[in-house]
Amino acid sequence: MKLLEYMKENILYLDGGMGTLLQAEGLQPGEHPERWNYEHPEVIVKLQRMYFDAGTNLIISNTFGANTLKFDPEELERIVKSALENARKAAAESTGKQEKFVALDIGPSGRLLKPYGDFDFEDAVTLFAETVKLGVKYGADAIFIETMNDSYETKAALLAAKEHSDLPVLVSNAYSEDGKLMTGASPEAMIALLEGMGADAIGVNCSLGPKALAPIVEKYLEKASLPVLLKPNAGLPRDVDGKTVFDVLPEEFSEDVAALVEKGVRIVGGCCGTTPDYIRATVEKTKALQPVPVTEKNITWVSSYTHAVEFGGSPVLIGERINPTGKKRFKQALVEKDLDYILNEGIAQQEKGVHILDVNVGLPEIDEAEMLKNVSFELQAILDLPLQIDTTDIAAMEQALRRYNGKAMINSVNGKEENMRAIFPLVKKYGGLLVALTLDEDGIPETAEKRVEIAEKILKTAAEYGIAKKDIIFDTLAMTISADPKAAFATVDSLREIRHRLGCHTSLGVSNISFGLPNRDFINSTFFAMALENGLSAAIMNPHSADMMKTYYAYRALHGYDENCGDYIRFASAFVPAAAVSAAQPAAEEKEFRSALQKAIVKGLKEQAGDLTAKLLETEKPLEIVQKEIIPALDIVGQGFEAKTVYLPQLLMAAEAAKSAFEKIKAAMSLEKEPAAAKCSFVLATVKGDIHDIGKNIVKLLLENYGFAVSDLGRDIAPQEILEEVQRLHAPMCGLSALMTTTVPAMEETIQLIHTEAPWCKVVVGGAVLTQEYADRIGADKYAKDAMEAVRYADEINGSL
Amino acid sequence: MIYTKKYPAPIVNERECLRYAGTAPQTISEGEKALFSECLTEALAGLSYQVCWGRFPIRRTETTLEIGFFQTDSLALRKNLEGCEEAILFAATIGIGIDRLIRRYSLLSPAKALFFQAIGAERIESLCDAFCAERKEEGLKLRPRFSPGYGDLPLELQRELFRGLDCARKIGLTLNESLLMSPSKSVTAIAGIGGAEAEKNI
Repeated sequence: MKLLEYMKENILYLDGGMGTLLQAEGLQPGEHPERWNYEHPEVIVKLQRMYFDAGTNLIISNTFGANTLKFDPEELERIVKSALENARKAAAESTGKQEKFVALDIGPSGRLLKPYGDFDFEDAVTLFAETVKLGVKYGADAIFIETMNDSYETKAALLAAKEHSDLPVLVSNAYSEDGKLMTGASPEAMIALLEGMGADAIGVNCSLGPKALAPIVEKYLEKASLPVLLKPNAGLPRDVDGKTVFDVLPEEFSEDVAALVEKGVRIVGGCCGTTPDYIRATVEKTKALQPVPVTEKNITWVSSYTHAVEFGGSPVLIGERINPTGKKRFKQALVEKDLDYILNEGIAQQEKGVHILDVNVGLPEIDEAEMLKNVSFELQAILDLPLQIDTTDIAAMEQALRRYNGKAMINSVNGKEENMRAIFPLVKKYGGLLVALTLDEDGIPETAEKRVEIAEKILKTAAEYGIAKKDIIFDTLAMTISADPKAAFATVDSLREIRHRLGCHTSLGVSNISFGLPNRDFINSTFFAMALENGLSAAIMNPHSADMMKTYYAYRALHGYDENCGDYIRFASAFVPAAAVSAAQPAAEEKEFRSALQKAIVKGLKEQAGDLTAKLLETEKPLEIVQKEIIPALDIVGQGFEAKTVYLPQLLMAAEAAKSAFEKIKAAMSLEKEPAAAKCSFVLATVKGDIHDIGKNIVKLLLENYGFAVSDLGRDIAPQEILEEVQRLHAPMCGLSALMTTTVPAMEETIQLIHTEAPWCKVVVGGAVLTQEYADRIGADKYAKDAMEAVRYADEINGSL
Repeated sequence: MIYTKKYPAPIVNERECLRYAGTAPQTISEGEKALFSECLTEALAGLSYQVCWGRFPIRRTETTLEIGFFQTDSLALRKNLEGCEEAILFAATIGIGIDRLIRRYSLLSPAKALFFQAIGAERIESLCDAFCAERKEEGLKLRPRFSPGYGDLPLELQRELFRGLDCARKIGLTLNESLLMSPSKSVTAIAGIGGAEAEKNI
């Protein structure tokens, strides 16, 4: 009988712990247990046979850490082959009469993925794929991915399993005491991700005993539409007279597990500290129980690496600002690959309270696939909102979905046959919540009936690909009322029909409704309220629009989504009408400062510096403000820092205030087409092997403030890549940072390469481990002890050009 | 036997944080002070203090020192462990939350990133102190802790410590190719038990 078929009617029993049993057999700390598969096969067979004898259905092979990071390919093959043979042999030798299966075990790689570790997502997929292929080759019945404490690595392993096998995949995560994975994912986030990608069963193992894991398991039972598995530890280990004992014994363990089986858990076993006795007791206590059927929960949701966002309750806000359409400054950022600007747009919207960020970086003159992949990745490094991948480029969509950490929202598919055939397979493979536009080959229908018909066609085609209704969300297309006075009705009527008759969720790009009209927010916010009242689940909108946010908070309060009106009260009390802000300008009362702006910068008052600059721009030229106000202010702080009267935090606060002033200057200049009078270019990087970049970022901020065109390559950058950027820009200066003694050789190599291949370029170095003497020894042109010294040197070189 | 434990937050030593941030605590500006408290509140919410450890016998030959599952010929460690017959090997981390804050604010506000960096450094040191103090309460006299990379004890030893203490599985601590730890605010160390100078060092 096949495993999945067996699972439909029965509770599936897994095995228990191996580690403690192997230690009792002589496994030493630090020794690889995987080697015992071929060094001591008789021990492995014996232990696994004991589990089968105790009632286990599915033995998980002794291959937890079997991957090419730990073993060379030949040994890996030997391990997987012997591990599966051992498990089969144990099944054959066991006296148990139950159905028996063998799963290939896959545990974490032991490396953390980028951005917080150095292991690339695709490398992780490849690593797991090697083990999966061997598992298939040597006849595993299933793949068991377990003890994963990072959502991204879990995704990599599941993707590898799906791409290289047709076997059932069971996925189990290890949660900490706070109910989250080590990298922050909640159970909901994992369920959304794993269901979307087509796992066959999901659940939890390791970390804690069954009582402590119960709340997490219950969350799975409540939200998951798949069989739930539980493989807890025997509580926590203690040391008694030099022996390791666990504090939950078989009797208590099996009672706790049985209670969860009664609530709906379908797959049970044990992890660290459990033995065949634990499994036997668990089988005894649960074998007479009728398995609780697995039901479809019909949840429409997306997730990030920390949490899921559900549709259907309180309205979901999708921030629309990461989009170049009609935004000159944003287009410039895309062309210049100024990711900082784009990321700041993301953070600003998060601070306004959106739940999801739409990400659209389509521009004819750039490589959209590359940009979309990078922007999504960088956004996920600094904020925890789910993303909506917004592109018409199918290749870009696939790359972004593949790399996305969570279950993404996808914008969009439509009723055109060709479009659906291209996009549905991606959703099936990577998971995702798909926005479907109610238009097709004949365009956007004028009537609601026709739009609903298209929606039905889309649902039907999606079903052919195995995509459920809950994973499609309809956008019935807001068209401007300035062209057709009845346009709003077609949108809202079809919305209501889709929400209430078809039972699907809906989303709208609200602002299109007012195209061509003045003060568009007046119309937008009223239309938003109309649509919400008719069943709108989500809106793609501008969270900086006060009118839209008023509607949002008021609607929630009126519809009982806002307990005690708490959110509304916070929003409304903090609300300041736009006119009031500009009136509150501080005066330049202190003589030591030339102006209020200068004072704001020196004191490090970011917002004031921005506002004051905006005001000055009404009367003065941008570059004059830079020369007369901003640079002198920075000099005051810089000199203070050099004289040790100002400390680093204050220097940085001033630099940030200056940056906020510069942002206003930059925006004004991009409107005026006044040429930017930047100083020379400066290439900056943290060298290969080093991932510390705070010092480098400080240097970057100051250099930018002083007008240098900084090209920041990031951290862990290979010598060749740095050289290529220096050559591309013909940069007269390059700054390298290293924090660790171990990476100084990489710095030396980079310096030599630049001096040989780009002799015009001066290399300035800095970082915690460097000294003047060290810098001299590795051939640097300049050692800068701090960021100010780097700026002074850069000015000196710039002046000599 | 490798133990794992999650600790409550150790008391924050604000002066130490400010010192790590490159300021003199007596003379910092009001603005810096306000920003620091803001950062402290934000950082403390997202930390998780975990340690895994084991107690291992020390064996000595003419040139090498064997501690449980690894060997080394480091003279500095040998001196540090003089007179000890056992050592505690441990790995401690305050989790990935602080790395996320540092990254986010490197972009948004380098001044805040600097404070988060400093707070992270103080937190992990305080966690190690709390862990060692707890061993002391159990009646152990510990030598000052000694980490790979100190003196002539090679950083490469990290690989063996990580394997032997099963850091990835026990506390979610991983090692990258350059032997850096992720989460970054983490410590691995060796602390001798007993020995000649134990008492005066505690």
